[in-house]
Amino acid sequence: MSLYEVIRFALRGLSANKLRSALTMLGILIGVAAVILLVAVGNGSAKAISDRIQALGTNTITVMSAGRGGSTDTSLTTDIADALVDPTLAPDVGSVSPVVSTSTTVTYGGNDESVNQFVGTTPQWFAASNTPVGQGSAFTADDLNQGRRVVVIGQTVATDLFPGVDPINKQVTVGGSLFTVVGVLAEKSSTGFQDANDTAIAPLTAVRQVLTGYGALNSILIEAKTPDKVDAVQSEVATILNQRMNVSATSSSSSSTPYRIQNASQLLQTQTDTANTFTTLLGAVAAISLLVGGIGITNIMLVTVTERTREIGIRKALGAPRRVILTQFLIEATLLSVIGGALGVAAALIGSSFEIVGVKPVIVPSSIGLALGVSIAIGLFFGGLPAGRAARLRPIDALRYE
Amino acid sequence: MSRPVLDVRDLRKTYGMGEATVHALAGLSLTVERGDYVAIMGSSGSGKSTLMNILGALDIPTSGSYHLDGVDVSKLGDRQLALARNRLIGFIFQAFNLIPRTSAVANVELPLAYAGVKPKERRRRAMASLEVVGLADRARHEPNQLSGGQQQRVAVARALVTEPALLLADEPTGNLDSHSTHDVLDVFDQLSASGRTIVLITHEPEVGDRTKRLVRLVDGRIVEDVRQSPINQPPVGLATGRHHSSAVWAGGRA
Repeated sequence: MSLYEVIRFALRGLSANKLRSALTMLGILIGVAAVILLVAVGNGSAKAISDRIQALGTNTITVMSAGRGGSTDTSLTTDIADALVDPTLAPDVGSVSPVVSTSTTVTYGGNDESVNQFVGTTPQWFAASNTPVGQGSAFTADDLNQGRRVVVIGQTVATDLFPGVDPINKQVTVGGSLFTVVGVLAEKSSTGFQDANDTAIAPLTAVRQVLTGYGALNSILIEAKTPDKVDAVQSEVATILNQRMNVSATSSSSSSTPYRIQNASQLLQTQTDTANTFTTLLGAVAAISLLVGGIGITNIMLVTVTERTREIGIRKALGAPRRVILTQFLIEATLLSVIGGALGVAAALIGSSFEIVGVKPVIVPSSIGLALGVSIAIGLFFGGLPAGRAARLRPIDALRYE
Repeated sequence: MSRPVLDVRDLRKTYGMGEATVHALAGLSLTVERGDYVAIMGSSGSGKSTLMNILGALDIPTSGSYHLDGVDVSKLGDRQLALARNRLIGFIFQAFNLIPRTSAVANVELPLAYAGVKPKERRRRAMASLEVVGLADRARHEPNQLSGGQQQRVAVARALVTEPALLLADEPTGNLDSHSTHDVLDVFDQLSASGRTIVLITHEPEVGDRTKRLVRLVDGRIVEDVRQSPINQPPVGLATGRHHSSAVWAGGRA
């Protein structure tokens, strides 16, 4: 008896119970699709995070004040920022950009635009923070020294305030003073909930004069000369800060220092680890659903074989060899799991082309193989086991089985 | 004389162990020649079903020899047993045992499929076999669309289709009303008239009366073996003819 005939028998067996076959396949479909899709979502979010952090630049560190109150001991000042430019104590520091930042309203003509990040800094900041100017130009060191009221605005601000108008050389009102727009930042990919393009950059001196006053800095952005010197820069900066802020070397653990140093590559590492944990977690949840799907197949095969033990007895009485019966049931189980698995892969591929909870899923090829492999293995094993048992029965026992 | 189709010697079958041992067959010997039409009768528990299952190679005896068409069945392995069931035996069950949700013709084709016959040839032979039992026009019907008698005739067609040396029927009319019984027995009579070897089990005297030879079992032993009509002539049932009411054969028996 040819394999082709056995396959036809198996197909007939499956189609004899269409609803049950379809539901079993649905179980496997959901299991396989869930594994592939959830792993893809985890992977996609990990990728999104690392892309964002890479966009920030990985050769910079950010110093922030750890003090909660307004105590002068813990605040960062321009003096401290200047002190970090020190060729002997800090040879690896490329540039230092003190940063003040506030939120304010920018007005042009009749339009108001509230800007979340109105940043005052130095011209080096553009390079250090990986924020290129798209149109016009950045302000210069001269603008900084003279305290000229010039501003570079982000894309969102530009489109909201100047719809259809070239913003360059227009004057906007910020905090009661007029600022001249000299440039527009290039479009930046958004980092999560905050609109990265809803920003404006002006010289530190001008911003302090008009908006923030001469208090503490919000942060200091320090760029290393090369990306692999980031760790060296971090320790150099820490040494200088400890000196300037009177921290004893023995108690310079992060909890007691009045400042906090954020290292972008460390941040990247941490975030990637977090994302990987997230992916594993999602994968585990999905694996459970695949397992449940597998138990569904097992259950159905057990029921099918038990219910058809009598039929197996009839077939044996008519002269069906054990091998043919076993093959028929194995093919039935395999077809269920293979078709269900293939549909699951298709569903996952279709699903991954949509954004899921704000994440663009990125398919991990190995997850497809794994999910399919597991579903087929489950089908073969748990379909084959009861079928093998039934095929070994003596015909008379199979016929008497109720 | 030609080799007997069926030859069992000192067949024993015991169930259970120790105190609870039951001897379903206690040293039974039986020979059936080609063309014979044998009814095995006996009360329930006499071992007739056990005997039938062993003859059909569905069950194995505890001891004793069983030659089927010259083949020693008790020495066959699993694979050869499947072959023997397929080629040498046509088995007809009391409960019909058609495969559900499968058309009559597909049911009849099944043994041929296991024998490796090509689909076209299979269909032709299955239809011919259904013709013999008078159900060619019901070939497309599924078992649940057929009456009991029709189902049993499909089962007979299925048993016939491989041209087996021996037709075994385990109470073939046990689940049928008198009219369907009549139909099925007519088919058996015809088959016997055309030279087939048939062994059937029954507890209905009117069925036993139509055969050429009647064997009575009590407690796993043959107590009576009567030749009712010559082996080389059509069975008596055929003489009473089809389309007669059951009252006619009831009168004949008295």
